[in-house]
Amino acid sequence: MSWLTLFSIALPYDRWKRLRSLQGAARLPSDFHLIPLQIRWIEFSAVMNQASSRFPDLSALPPVDAIGIDERVRRAQTRSLKGKVKLDALHLAVTMLDVTTLEGADTPGKVRRLCAKALHPMPGDLSIGPAAAVCVYPRLVKTAAEAVADSTVRVASVATGFPSGQTALKDRLSETRQAVRDGATEIDMVISRGLFLAGRHRAVFDEIVRTKEACGDAHIKVILETGELQTLDNVRKASEIAMAAGADFIKTSTGKVQPAATLNVTLVMLEAIRDFHERTGRMVGMKPAGGISNAKLALQYLVLVRETLGPAWLNPEWFRFGASSLTNDLLMQISKQREGRYPSIDYFSQD
Amino acid sequence: MTTKRKSTKPHRRTANAPENSFVAGGFAPAPEDASILRLDTKPRRLLIGGKWVAGASTRETINPATGEPIATFAIAGPKQVDAAVAAARRAYEGEWSALPAAERGKLLFRLARLLQERSREFAVLESLDGGKPIRESRDIDIPLAAAHIFHHAGWADKLDYAAPGRRPRPLGVAAQIIPWNFPLLMAAWKLAPALATGNTVVLKPAETTPLTALLLGQLIEEAGFPPGVVNILTGAGQTGATLAAHPGVDKIAFTGSTAVGKAIQRALAGSQKRYTLELGGKAAHILFEDCAIDQAVEGIINGIFFNQGHVCCAGSRLFVQEGIADTVIRKLKRRIETLVVGDPLDKNTDIGAINSPEQLERIQELVAAGKAEGAECWQGPQTLPRRGCWFAPTLFTGCSQSHRIVREEIFGPVLAIQTFRTPAEAIEKANNTPFGLSGGVWTDKGAKIFKVTGALRAGVIWANTFNKFDPSSPFGGYKESGIGREGGLHGLHAYLDLHHQSPTMS
Repeated sequence: MSWLTLFSIALPYDRWKRLRSLQGAARLPSDFHLIPLQIRWIEFSAVMNQASSRFPDLSALPPVDAIGIDERVRRAQTRSLKGKVKLDALHLAVTMLDVTTLEGADTPGKVRRLCAKALHPMPGDLSIGPAAAVCVYPRLVKTAAEAVADSTVRVASVATGFPSGQTALKDRLSETRQAVRDGATEIDMVISRGLFLAGRHRAVFDEIVRTKEACGDAHIKVILETGELQTLDNVRKASEIAMAAGADFIKTSTGKVQPAATLNVTLVMLEAIRDFHERTGRMVGMKPAGGISNAKLALQYLVLVRETLGPAWLNPEWFRFGASSLTNDLLMQISKQREGRYPSIDYFSQD
Repeated sequence: MTTKRKSTKPHRRTANAPENSFVAGGFAPAPEDASILRLDTKPRRLLIGGKWVAGASTRETINPATGEPIATFAIAGPKQVDAAVAAARRAYEGEWSALPAAERGKLLFRLARLLQERSREFAVLESLDGGKPIRESRDIDIPLAAAHIFHHAGWADKLDYAAPGRRPRPLGVAAQIIPWNFPLLMAAWKLAPALATGNTVVLKPAETTPLTALLLGQLIEEAGFPPGVVNILTGAGQTGATLAAHPGVDKIAFTGSTAVGKAIQRALAGSQKRYTLELGGKAAHILFEDCAIDQAVEGIINGIFFNQGHVCCAGSRLFVQEGIADTVIRKLKRRIETLVVGDPLDKNTDIGAINSPEQLERIQELVAAGKAEGAECWQGPQTLPRRGCWFAPTLFTGCSQSHRIVREEIFGPVLAIQTFRTPAEAIEKANNTPFGLSGGVWTDKGAKIFKVTGALRAGVIWANTFNKFDPSSPFGGYKESGIGREGGLHGLHAYLDLHHQSPTMS
């Protein structure tokens, strides 16, 4: 009698089935040995018990009306920020930046330059920034962690086969663990859009639970890639799944798929966060990413956050912008508010 | 691995400490500049037969947000009414009827473009005189007024197609009496179809909001309409009554209260005059359990707080299915807390000033009645300005069909909420009113939309939205909400005599 049979007899059938489905195959991972098995199982069943009770009842979700969402967003866009309120909102936006570089051409040099910008967005002016985090590929986490060490700037890393998420779960998990070991304190994971669109919501949920587990103490931001989910009902559903599975943040997009973040999908996600908080008492953060390239648009996002979630979310612990070119426009607008005119673009570092 | 500490220090809190004014809430003032109006103290005159003439007496129009006078305008007496009707008759029998239909269309197109060009000025004046937020006058009233004129301009030379087989003819002189809640928009709703169909007009704006109609009069001159085609008489109820009863008028179009509508109908009894009446309303806004709740909440806000609730088709009775009632009310209160009440000229204002002290009194009386009758009152936390006419957004829960706040039109930012269990119950309660102007249904289920909207006895019904207007869509009421339609083909027919058959058909 093999250990596997013994093990399976010892388990209630439904737990065993869930364990097998989680691995995506009948075979246990190769690093799954008998001795630590019991300990692992205890940890694992604790996670799973918690998780299974948390899987959201998707049939109870209210539908989302796309026209109504559009109308609400257009109304929020007519809000006019002036004077000190505008300046303060711009300052706030700088501190919410996840300064991002996610390109094949990224090098340690490029990442260091980006970190310098995140630490001191406007050199010589300590009232501005620093940014909330830098966001890089896993291979560059060490470089980034060294560059921002002992500061308040966090290191976020995309992991889990970014941007498509189409690699084996075990690879995605080990990539996540490695990024955390290298110094990332925030992991931006992508969900399996394939599983989601195939209707396998439970599998999407389980993968997020596993990835969250692999993150350890690091915060997890779950990227829904709303551009591929197509409908706002799907965005709402995916938000619920991610939050219930333990996401610390939900994030719109990878930035690699168009459309990336829009005010409309962001509003749907903010409403999901608000309802989740009312239901469970747990706050979840929000990160729109991709396509937010100017300050005016960034301020419109902040207005939506203020009017949907309230002031508790208006800080970098709970709201982030994923952006690469937004920083300089925010700085430019801050200068304009302070001095009454636009400085030359040459006064802002291009990194 | 690096020996330095990972960056998990808390983020700098300076940006979100209370001194960050954006986080603290509110907006800095962002008012439109009223100086573009170049307001002067000269009394405004009446437009009669292409000339600006004095009235029988004068009166001041007040900015309801401050209580301060804006301008002095003329009150037209019986003499001026006679003169205006006579001028309209002369224009109808002379130059206007001789003009080719395509030329009428051209003049209307020109008027619509002029209105668009000066839209900012009109929006500021409308908000100043009536108290409505600039967001609405800028984004809804003025663009929609222009859209109505554009739409009807296109019909001017195509009337044969509006009534196939007939030879449509104009009616003659139309007396048009408009209300204070959408002064310019109602002027456009009435003028555009009347002029496109070849009638001439005597227009009487309301006494609390005469200014945009007078400015429109200047634009009508500038556009090149022949003198007497449009005559504008400012004045109060007496002027309107004289005009409506004037023997020289062929058609009366009235928008206003049900009481005045009934009086007009009585005065016209036995006469040949045609009339359309757009009167009060008490719209039922029905939310089913399967609706998109957050968007429905937005629809409720739009339904009852649009123009401070001074809307005849306002969604003033809310019916929520019991299973979602608590959620909806909670979300509604939360959303109301984010609304900005204040200076109508400020771009961030959601709810402006109540149009007049008389209207404020009426609202206060009915709210007091609601409390006395046992409904539970909740009001938004907004601090209201000390001067001028203001009323906080108000909800009543625990209402029943017998309450005055459910039966009577309040015409203010006051919503009466009731619950229901089944669609049949919702329909029965919704129809249990002497009014029947508008209604709203929220459900994700298409079949339910058709079933419920078909059973509601109201002239305009929105599904999964509210307060949407389009020139091509007829608007009007059932029962005591009015007679006839405005907008669309139906609205066009209200200004046409369709009794003549075209020669090819006979």
